[in-house]
This record gives sequence, structure tokens and C-alpha cells, in this order.
Amino acid sequence: MKKLLTATALITLSTPLMAETIGVSIPAATHGWAGGLNYHAQATVDRLAEQYPDLDFVLTTASDPSKQVSDIEDMVATRNIDALVVLPFESEPLTPTVKRVAEDGKWVTVVDRGLTEDGIEDLYVAGDNPSFGRVAGEYFVSALPEGGKIVVLRGIASTVDNERVEAFNAAIEGSNIEVLGMEHGNWNRDTSFTVMQDFLSKFPEIDAVWAADDDMATGALEAISQAGREDGIWVVGGAGMKEMVARIRDEDPMVPVNVTYPPAMIATAIELTALRFTSPAPVAGEFIIGSELITPENAEDFYFEDSPF
Amino acid sequence: MKNINLHAIGPVAALVVLILVGVGLNENFLSYANITNVLARSAFIGIIAVGMTFVITAGGLDLSVGSMAAFVAGVMIIAMNYLVPTMGAGFSTVLVGMLVALATGLFGGAVNGLLITRARIEAFIVTLGTMGIYRSLITWLADGGTLSLDSGVREAYRPVYYDGILGITWPIIVFAVVAILGEIAMRHTAFGRHCAAIGSNEQVARYSAVDVIRVKTLTYVLLGILVGVATIMYVPRLGSASASTGVLWELEAIASVIIGGTMLKGGFGRVWGTVVGVLILGLIGNLLNLTDLVSPYLNGAIQGIIIILAVVLQREGKAER
Repeated sequence: MKKLLTATALITLSTPLMAETIGVSIPAATHGWAGGLNYHAQATVDRLAEQYPDLDFVLTTASDPSKQVSDIEDMVATRNIDALVVLPFESEPLTPTVKRVAEDGKWVTVVDRGLTEDGIEDLYVAGDNPSFGRVAGEYFVSALPEGGKIVVLRGIASTVDNERVEAFNAAIEGSNIEVLGMEHGNWNRDTSFTVMQDFLSKFPEIDAVWAADDDMATGALEAISQAGREDGIWVVGGAGMKEMVARIRDEDPMVPVNVTYPPAMIATAIELTALRFTSPAPVAGEFIIGSELITPENAEDFYFEDSPF
Repeated sequence: MKNINLHAIGPVAALVVLILVGVGLNENFLSYANITNVLARSAFIGIIAVGMTFVITAGGLDLSVGSMAAFVAGVMIIAMNYLVPTMGAGFSTVLVGMLVALATGLFGGAVNGLLITRARIEAFIVTLGTMGIYRSLITWLADGGTLSLDSGVREAYRPVYYDGILGITWPIIVFAVVAILGEIAMRHTAFGRHCAAIGSNEQVARYSAVDVIRVKTLTYVLLGILVGVATIMYVPRLGSASASTGVLWELEAIASVIIGGTMLKGGFGRVWGTVVGVLILGLIGNLLNLTDLVSPYLNGAIQGIIIILAVVLQREGKAER
């Protein structure tokens, strides 16, 4: 955050008149994944600003949807942006605002959370939530060929979470895997810790946990250790937090694999938007980033030392 | 005497009902592990809520405690990580970390208290402001991510949450000690009586030679220190702090205090009632996790209903007075 603030201030001060300006609006770093998002957004903006002296960037972070609406309105009104890269805090409230920006003739890149109306954005960059759930589900099926008892920690009740869980359920359908319980861990360590403690009290036999997010996996792992059941239970998180990637690399039996949902997708979106202004390469359309399975063999490729996530 | 019992019986009745429902729903409910889990996880809110009882009794309010706990946790983790190269990853580093936590909490509480009493700004506004400040500071300290404790210190510190004496873990012991001391302070000391006097009528208290400014400031300082104590118990659990640490703790603490029979407008406080309130809130979440009766989407609604019911029972008791 501190880097981000100073960098934003510097950019504000050093705007040459003729340059193209790209506005980037993302949610504030309120949880681990968003922290990674902020890190990669800032790093990309810094790098591109150096690489293309003709491009200027405005980066804002919002802690709620209405703040994000104001941010975008301010960008248009006072910074005269030529393009907007936006990761909507929530789809509904941001749709009219982003639509107005598009109607003004600005280039619009929407990241990760789609708008509720089709055809507004020029470019859509997103992670693949159904594939996030499916890849995890397929791993459970292959790792528990005889079947087994699992529990699931879900995220904050939202479209993202629903798509993941539906795809996961579809992937394990027909196998002998029994889902004992599903509760919301809200992508939060503390909540997941208590939910997992209660799962452990409730079910004497659990083979594995799908935690669907690495913050939740962290809480679940701690609860399992506390209950002294480290030997029997393994946990699959998701999103590729670096501590988890390190444990996979070191072949921790409790953390066999992870499924990516890279916060670095904001870098993809900013880079592609910059290409729109600096090269003849066509970049309109959709860019969907599939979820990959991180295993001990490929873990090194997914480990980013400097990222906070 | 009979009336006072009626007044007090609401939250206790709610707690007993919850426990009976729990026993009926799941045989593991009364298991040692589950009881320990619920008590230990309630300890953070509980320790804070005891301090909050004094603040509310004296007619004040503190919305900043959740953010303050996150900030204290962050400062504490940074301090301990900083000391590892010089002091090593032993328990001495942890002790210094604990002192840092208490000092940071004391400082935070003193800032709230002095702004409220000396600068005469509404408690709601002051603590709403500091709530935002601490929440931003922890996000900034963590650079948007998560602050993690050095793994060596973590090992030395871990027993503070997970171990204890005779099978009772430290958070439970500390919560019990804080609650007992709080009950004594509220009932049997001049400080407790002065809090109630100020809360029921500040003017009259002033004319009665109560040092209003000092007592009110002290309630916030006390709460700040207890936030430090709660954080000391919290950090060893997951060894990390982030922007999502302690979110809504202030509301849980305030709700516990009110469920327990303390009046939100001040003038009357009951520390043991607060403890009952904390346990009610802790048990609801636990019960909902242990059963499949209710869709997890409705957890918040069930909690809301039980909070309101507990307070309604208590108000009806009072109406008969």
C-alpha cells in the first residue's frame, strides 16, 4: 500500500500532456488474494510506465463498490483516461458506471468479475472458476480411487463460489467420494479455523478437505494439527499462495497439490491494454486463464518470492 | 432481590436452552475437545468484552477494538520478527512481543480516552475514526497481504494458545481471570461504582466529587490493555495478522455486553452477564456448524434472532419491576 500511494502520487505529478492515460481500478487489499492483486497491479504499472514513456497510469484501490464507482468517475472527470482496466468489486453496482465509460468512447478492459450486461467491455480477462472447481474435483477423484469422506470449506456466498462448487460437485459425481459437510469459511483464516474445528468434532472420520482458497486452507491445517489428526487428513487449497506452494514443493503430505487462480491476471489485463496503444496487435475479445494443478514437480514455477501472496 | 433475579435470568436461560439444544443435536457437543474449542475461541472477544463492559457502563462506546486488535497483532509480529536476529527465536522474544502488545494497546486506549474526555468529542465519532485508522494501518503494515510470525518464534509461542494447565488451555484461563477481576472491580471497588455513577448521570457524578475525566479515560485505557491481552492470546493461534483480522469484533463485543444485561446507555454494568453473552454468541456459531438443520446461508439470521431473544427476555424481566 505505501508503495502504491507514493507511486500514484508520482504519476499524478508527472503527467505529460499528450500521453495516453490508462486508469486501473481494483478492490483494496482486504484479503490475501486481493493483496497479491494489488502487488501485481502496482508492479505491472511501474514496469510499463518505464517501458512506455508515452503511457500514463492511474491506479486506485477501493474498499467497497461505491468507493470504486467514485474512483472511476473521478478518473474520467479529472484525469481524462483513454482506457479503463477494472476489476469490479461487485458486478451489479459497477455495471452502469463502466457502461458510461464505454459509451464515452474509452477502451474498457474488465477483469475477473464480469459485468451484468454483455457487450460493454472491449476486452475481458478472467480466471476460470468452473475449471478451478473441476481441477480440484478431478484431483480428489484420482487421489481417492476407493472413495473417501471429505469436507468442503466454501468462500463468501457469491457467483464465484457457486460456480466453483458446482463444477467441483460435477467432477466428483459418480465417484465414491462422500461430502460429509459444506460450510462457508468466507475466504478467511479465522472463520475457517473454527469451522474446521467443528467439522473435526462432528465427524470422527475425515480423509481430506477441499478448502478452495489458501487462506482457508491455512486455518483448516492449523485446526487439524490442534486436533492431532495430521496423519489422516490432507488439504487442497486454491489460488497458489506462496507458503502453500512452498509446502507442496517440499512434499508436505498434508498439502499434496494446489489449484491456481492467479491474482497476476491483473498484469495480463494491463499488459494487453497497453498493447492496444503501443502496438498494432489486436487485443479485443476474451482472454480466459485456465486453472492449473500445482504439484511437487512444477511448484517452483508458481513460487513468487516478493509477492505478499 | 427477586426482581433483580428476573432481570438477570434472560441471558442465563438462553444459554441453558442453547446447551440443551446442543446436547440434543450432537453427541460430541459436550465432548472435552468441543467445549475447549468454543471457550478458547470465545476468549478473545470475551477478554475485550469485559473491558467494553466498563466503557459502556460509564456511558461510552468503543468501535475501534477490532481494528485495534489487528493493529496490535501486526505491531507485535513485526517487533518479534525484528528481534529474532538479536535475541534469538526463544521465549524471551515472545515476552518482549507481549510487552509490545500491552504497550500498543495501552497507547491506543489512551488516545481514544483522551480524545473523548479532553477534546470532548463524541465517543462514537472518535472510535469510528480510530477504527478506520487502525484498519488502514494494519493493511499498510502488511503491504496488503499477511504478516506472518517467524517460524522459530511461532514454535516457542504456539503453546500459549494450544497448551495450558490440567487440560485447560491458556486462553480459557486468562479469560476466566480477567472476568473474575472485572467482576470484583465492577462490584467492589470505587472505580466500578464511579463508572456506574458517570453512566447514569455525569453531572451528578461530577458534583459528587467523582473525577469524571480520569475515570472515563481509565475505562478506555483498561479496554486498550485488554485488547493487548486478547491479541497476546490470538497471535499464537495462526501466527499471522492481516487486514481481515478482528473484523467485526467490536460489534460482537458490544453485543455480548448488551446481551449480558449491561445498559447500552450506561449506568449499570454486569461483568458476569457479559461472560454469559460471549458464551451465547460462541455457542450459536458452534451449534450451527455441528448440525445440518439450517442452510449455512442463514447462520447470520439465526444469530440475530437469538441475540434479540436474549435481550427481549431480559427486558421483560425488568418490566415487572
